[in-house]
Amino acid sequence: MGELASNLRSSDANALLRVAGLTVNYGSEGRAMAPALRGLGLKLVAGEIVGILGESGSGKSTLALSLLGLLPANCRVEGSIRYGEQELLSLDDAGWREVRGAGIAIIFQEPGLSLSPVLRVGDQIGEVIRAHRKTTRREREVEAKAILEQVQLKDVDRIAAAYPHQLSSGQLHRVAIAQALACRPKILIADEPTRALDPTIQNEVIDLLRDANRESGTAIIFITHNPALLAGFADRAIVMYAGQIVEAGPVSEVFSRPHHPYTQGLLQLSFRNRGFDSGRFSTIPGMLEDSLKVTQGCVFEPRCHARTPICRNETPTEMVAEPGRRVSCFNHVN
Amino acid sequence: MKYLARRFVHGFLLLIGVSLLCFVFSDLAPGGFFDEMKLNPQVSAETIAGIRAQYGIDQPFPVRYLRWVQSVVRGEWGYSFAYNSPVRNLLGTRARNTLILATVATALAWLISVPLGVWLASRAGKWGDRACLAGTSLLTSVPEIVLVLALLGFAVRTHWLPVGGMSSVGSGTVLREKAVDLLLHLVIPTTVLVLASLPILVRHVRSSVIEALKAPFIQAARAHGISQARLLFHYALPAAAKPLISLFGLSVAGLLSGGLLVEVVTGWPGLGPLLLESSMSKDIYVVVGIVMFSTLFMIFGNLLADLLLFVADPRVRAE
Amino acid sequence: MSTDTAAGLARNSALVSTRELSKQYRPAGWFSRNSFAIDALVDVNFEIPRGSVTALIGESGSGKSTLARCLAMLEEPDQGEIYFDGQKITGATARDMALLRPRVQMVFQDSAGALNPRFSAAEIIAEPLRIQKWETGEKLRERACELMKEVGLSPDWADRRPLEFSGGQRQRLGIARAIALRPAFLILDESLSGLDLSTQAQILNLLLDLQAAHSLTYLVISHDIGLVGEVADFIAVMYQGKIVEHGSAERVLNNPREVYTRQLLNSVRVVETAFRAAHAGAGR
Repeated sequence: MGELASNLRSSDANALLRVAGLTVNYGSEGRAMAPALRGLGLKLVAGEIVGILGESGSGKSTLALSLLGLLPANCRVEGSIRYGEQELLSLDDAGWREVRGAGIAIIFQEPGLSLSPVLRVGDQIGEVIRAHRKTTRREREVEAKAILEQVQLKDVDRIAAAYPHQLSSGQLHRVAIAQALACRPKILIADEPTRALDPTIQNEVIDLLRDANRESGTAIIFITHNPALLAGFADRAIVMYAGQIVEAGPVSEVFSRPHHPYTQGLLQLSFRNRGFDSGRFSTIPGMLEDSLKVTQGCVFEPRCHARTPICRNETPTEMVAEPGRRVSCFNHVN
Repeated sequence: MKYLARRFVHGFLLLIGVSLLCFVFSDLAPGGFFDEMKLNPQVSAETIAGIRAQYGIDQPFPVRYLRWVQSVVRGEWGYSFAYNSPVRNLLGTRARNTLILATVATALAWLISVPLGVWLASRAGKWGDRACLAGTSLLTSVPEIVLVLALLGFAVRTHWLPVGGMSSVGSGTVLREKAVDLLLHLVIPTTVLVLASLPILVRHVRSSVIEALKAPFIQAARAHGISQARLLFHYALPAAAKPLISLFGLSVAGLLSGGLLVEVVTGWPGLGPLLLESSMSKDIYVVVGIVMFSTLFMIFGNLLADLLLFVADPRVRAE
Repeated sequence: MSTDTAAGLARNSALVSTRELSKQYRPAGWFSRNSFAIDALVDVNFEIPRGSVTALIGESGSGKSTLARCLAMLEEPDQGEIYFDGQKITGATARDMALLRPRVQMVFQDSAGALNPRFSAAEIIAEPLRIQKWETGEKLRERACELMKEVGLSPDWADRRPLEFSGGQRQRLGIARAIALRPAFLILDESLSGLDLSTQAQILNLLLDLQAAHSLTYLVISHDIGLVGEVADFIAVMYQGKIVEHGSAERVLNNPREVYTRQLLNSVRVVETAFRAAHAGAGR
């Protein structure tokens, strides 16, 4: 934690988002549950594209929700999230509403479902604008259509007047992204927007996000479980496991020379290689449940192929392996 | 248009069916209108037979039914023995009175239930929600008649409200005075009807909105910074409208019949007391007339619900 | 349509085959506009060789789920025939179909929706056995626990409800239920979509193990051609209700004949190339 904090302080100046020591616990005090996030810290610079790599249970969605204050009421949140000059964790409802959509926006899995089925698409985009600025109805209509054009939709007049069920799934995804970009947020979080999508639409969504980043300078936090999607798209990769960051660094560095055993395993999986002799796919041994039972030492230790005795007794802290790269491992391979 | 035509035909068939059933059941029930006369030793059997022949009650079923249908076509809707007039004239005023009461009560009930239900849904599980749920449970367990009698008793004690009826003698001829008088008389029966239907309506609104709030687009809208009030009324409520619209149709459908007990006990001169009276005395054409009128309302209510659904939900329109 | 299944394959080695299968959906309703009909399947001629893993690729709306449901005897096609192990399914009597059902089973995508949330795991797995009256009472539970072990689930979890399991574990539940009746043919309708990569790998390994143990034939339906390419022997590509390409996996992946297949493969290749480049250390 100490190393991390000093890292943050040194390049505070142009950081758009600074998270430090974020710990989130679901459930009431009485029940002892493993924390969803443990002492998490990260930094985002304006205009950056950061990929958060994590599987189910890694805490990535919890992280996304906490950046928007959307965690359920019974969560205990500790730590600090600084957006510009504001400390987000001390915001009240009204304060959060100002940030959501206008400062930090989010698109969820199955973006098509983020639209109300009984309202016209253009009106829904207008609603987001209305929530943040005083505008006339006319102004909202014009702006909504402008944003729809920005996401490469043709025939925006018809689309703005349409209901979601009248649009194709490809159009719906673009509309959902347009809705998130309606108030020109500085940060756009994309929480697994391409899961269970056709490969073609997957690429379209990523292209749209890339365009938004280039044209408006919107920083993007792209959350996914598939490392392949980050290649050629994200600047940095942050690998999460069981509520912690285990590795972080530039994408090409992390992918070509992964330090953490979990990252190595994850990258192997993406190739979907079948073992020559066994004819079976390589997997990361064990299950997430094994890690959640760990009370002392490294959470990944039960499943790690490079473990040593120290891993069970002491918790690795984040170390700077090289400039710009962090790892939480005692045995990281150089 | 094909749709409307089909509904019209269905409705018509339903009316015929209901009228037939009414006749059948009236016949099955023992006794007739002029039976009381049999108890009177001064009236001879021939006189009774003669009166019955005059009114055509001694005719076989098909003849009576056809005569009644003819009467309907003529616009009279049968004949009341007790009041000595075509049923239609009787129904006219009474139906109007019932509609006044029912419309005010239903409108008020919905106007209270919808915001209340939405508010409860937004606070589901918290103390306000639980208190209201307990309150509504209590209300359902109290029989309507107890509520009516309690309020009537209250009116007697305090003299703030007229004790039943629809208008008081000496209420004046000026429109404004008459309106005030009407409103005062409305208070008790309306209160009872509203209190009786509130629990069901509120719970339905509450559960529909709770379901709607679980949808992903609500979370997405919240994530875009939309305020809670807007979320509830502009996003959740329209999405929750379907079952509520059907319920509304049922409300309208039951407008005429719902208030029967209340009308009788408070002496509100509507269809309720008339129906009761006619059923007891076997003034059958009045009974048939009232039942038909109620059926008409039910058909209308259902049609209204379907049309509202069409207007409210664009997905239904697409089909 | 490109196909080279005929070459090297005798007709009777196909476990399942269809001939000119067609199905249309006509939305019924009050405001019936009869002109509005959707062609879900159009003249589908398709074969699944015995003991193979055949992949059916297509986007949503291509008709792959409709085809799956017809093969699983959950729906009847409008025209055409389906043969299972030489026997004609379409137009068969209800009794014949009832006899065939245990041999064809299906695993669905939405595991949370496909499993009754009120049943326990053991009850879900035992349900087919109970309906077919293969076992009763205590034996049902024993069989269920055996099946759980076979798919890699701990029998201690037999009384848990589906929602207490993770997504990958629910898929294992669905698979356990599907193999309860020892089918010959298993249809996996997007069963791997939406799962983590590691879970996908584990489930694939499980499926391969089960295939070896029970001589199963698989039809894997997916939109992810990159995933199934690794595991399939044969690949068929569907587009707008028709099978536009069909052949051995190697041929289809390396030598696609149809434009649509090429487009699909392109989308996957773009990502793959970038990934390999990054893996090799090329800067962004």
